[in-house]
Amino acid sequence: MGNGTSIGKVRGFGSSRHGPHHWLMQRFTAAGNLLLGMYLVFAFLMLPDFTYPVIAAWVSSPVQAIAVALFVISTFWHARLGLQVVVEDYIHEAGSKFAVMLVLNLACFGGAAAGLFFLLALVVQGTSGEIAAAASQGAIQELMQGMQQGGGF
Amino acid sequence: MLVSILHRVSGDGMALVGLPVLLWWLGAMASGAQAYETFLGHASSWYGMIVLVGLSWAFFNHLCSGIRHFVLDMGAGYELHSNRRYSILSMIFAIILTAAFWAALKLL
Repeated sequence: MGNGTSIGKVRGFGSSRHGPHHWLMQRFTAAGNLLLGMYLVFAFLMLPDFTYPVIAAWVSSPVQAIAVALFVISTFWHARLGLQVVVEDYIHEAGSKFAVMLVLNLACFGGAAAGLFFLLALVVQGTSGEIAAAASQGAIQELMQGMQQGGGF
Repeated sequence: MLVSILHRVSGDGMALVGLPVLLWWLGAMASGAQAYETFLGHASSWYGMIVLVGLSWAFFNHLCSGIRHFVLDMGAGYELHSNRRYSILSMIFAIILTAAFWAALKLL
C-alpha cells in the first residue's frame, strides 16, 4: 500500500461498494434493451398500419405482450442506472443527491409499474374480446359513414 | 469526446422523453380506441414527428455507441486510430439506421 497520492492509498483494495454490481446490471439491461428494442423495431416494420384494432390486437397477444413487458422493465431499469451516473456526475452535495436519487427511484419504479399495468389491462381486454369488438364496431361505423355519404359500396 | 456526449444526450433524451411517450402510448392503447386516436393525432402531427424522429435517432445512436462500449469493455479499440474510427462510424451508422428505419416504415 502506498501512502502518497490518493489513488496509491486505495490501489489493490478492490472495489469499495456497489460499483461492480451497478456496472454489470447496466450491461445486462443494455443487452436486454438491444435485443428487445431491435425485436420491436422489426415488429413495427412488419405491422400493416398503426390503427387501434391492429396495434391493440398485436400488443395484447401473448408473445408481444411479454416482449413489451420485458422491454418496459429493461428500459426503466437501464434508465435508472444511467440517470444515477448523471446525478453522481453533476450533483455533489449529499442532501441534494439523496433527494434526487429518491425522486429518480420513485419515478422509475412508478413508471415501470404503470407500463406493466397498462399491458395487463390490454391483455385482459384482448382475451375478453373487447378489442375485437371495438375493431368490428369501427368497421360498422365506417360502413355506415360510407352509406351516408352515398354510394359507399 | 463527441460520441461520449451524444451517448449521454441520447440516453437522457430517451429516459426523460422516450419513456414518458412509451407510457403514454401504452396507456392510450389500454384506455381504448378514442384515447389511442388522440395519441395518434399528436404522434402524427408535425411536432409529434419531430419528437419521434428524434427519439428514433436517440435509440439508434445510443445503440451504436453502446455497442462501441461493449467493444471497449472487452479491452479492445483503445488505439488512437481505431478508437477514432469506431467513434465516427458509430455516429454515421446511427444516422443511416434512423434514415433506413423511417424509409422502411414509409415504404413497407
